[in-house]
Amino acid sequence: MDDLGFFRELFTGLNRGLLMSIMLIIPSALGGLVIGITAGALRAFGNAAVVRIGDGYAALFRGTPLVVQLFVLYFGLPNVGIYLSPYWAAVTAFVLCSGAYQSEYVRGALLSIKRNQYLGAQALGFTRLQTIFWVIIPQAMRRALPGCGNEIIYLIKYSSLAYIVTFMELTGEGKTIATEYFRFTEVFLVIGFYYLILVSVAKIILRKTEKALEVPGFGSA
Amino acid sequence: MSRSEPILKVENITKSFGTAHILKGVDLELPKGGIKILIGPSGGGKSTLLQCLNCLVTPDSGTIWFNGSVVDIQKSKELYAFRQQVGMIFQDFNLFDHLTALDNIIIALCKVKKKNKQQAKERAMVELEQVGLSDKGHLYPAELSGGQKQRVAIARALAMDPKVLLLDEPTSALDPELVGEVVAVIRSLAQKGMTMIMATHQISLIRNLADEILFMKDGLIAEQGTPRELLGAGVCTLSQGFCDKLNEITGEEI
Repeated sequence: MDDLGFFRELFTGLNRGLLMSIMLIIPSALGGLVIGITAGALRAFGNAAVVRIGDGYAALFRGTPLVVQLFVLYFGLPNVGIYLSPYWAAVTAFVLCSGAYQSEYVRGALLSIKRNQYLGAQALGFTRLQTIFWVIIPQAMRRALPGCGNEIIYLIKYSSLAYIVTFMELTGEGKTIATEYFRFTEVFLVIGFYYLILVSVAKIILRKTEKALEVPGFGSA
Repeated sequence: MSRSEPILKVENITKSFGTAHILKGVDLELPKGGIKILIGPSGGGKSTLLQCLNCLVTPDSGTIWFNGSVVDIQKSKELYAFRQQVGMIFQDFNLFDHLTALDNIIIALCKVKKKNKQQAKERAMVELEQVGLSDKGHLYPAELSGGQKQRVAIARALAMDPKVLLLDEPTSALDPELVGEVVAVIRSLAQKGMTMIMATHQISLIRNLADEILFMKDGLIAEQGTPRELLGAGVCTLSQGFCDKLNEITGEEI
């Protein structure tokens, strides 16, 4: 039975790819958040030089296609003697790209906190750092969460670009099988379904986080 | 008038924003236990003066003495320590929106006064009790009425054991029927001998609480004196005229 062999190979391949995708997505999402929060905070509160560097970073990585960033990291860097494995090239590109977008959400959220929250804290004797850490960030975090979650959902999908630097994740595995059997429609429908499941799981986790942090009358709900 | 060494004294405070000269050299002495009330038209500099007193707005020039010694506002450590001892109540409360009423008080005690969580909680409960909100500690600011928010803000300020309380129109953002509960709390503070300086349009507070009324206009103190001197029968002062106008609006007797 031709079909049976096809489906066996398809699901074995896709499951292997799924695992690779997850190994790509989780560190990229976390790294992107860390970079995004750091860059966002520096862009919101840093001095003029720091703000300019932060803005430049965001402009560069939001302004160029991710494919170009991947190519430069994987095919370009060897020219200057830096060799990244397909996996690390992909993770680096995703972290930097995702971080640039995250920094935008974080910066916006930090700047949206009203001046009276600073005044209230300062009048009590909070230092500037204490104010930012205990009053501004906890509030900004809640404001930024929907945007940051959205970016993670994007990341799950653009992680499929890793296959063009030869990292065999979900899409890469699928494409190989599709080419081998010349059955593109079925294969890509199934791949789409896999991503749908990944995104749904991420959405549930994000919802739960938002619920856990929910404060009456504050930001999203 | 001067019963003792002033606890807070400022000299020649000036402040400009761009080309707008908001404060043009204000002197002020606040004796321990004294209550001074700032009145005057909007834009006269009352809020800015209050915010200069604890340097939420940095004055362009002038000197601040607290408890007999000059506060060096350039040294942030000294400034933070000074602010801890000068409580401030704002027109729009400035409670931390992400924390419950109780946690609003606890966080200041824990982070600024470095108390442990248990001590902070006990103290916060005492202060909430004082303002009659011991059953509302678990509610977030968005779940409280304006009057309740302002009482939480007062409890939060008092928990820091301030030597002086600055009140910037504490009842102006409240619905008329909620003013009374906040006024009652402020009155009881006055009875306990809290040193206060307050900007307000609340006639009952001006008339009954003030040791001294300061009428501010165009960045200067235009008139100062006891309520009797400025608002007594038959006197013709700026303050009297101003309070008459407030009366026309509120219909309150003075």
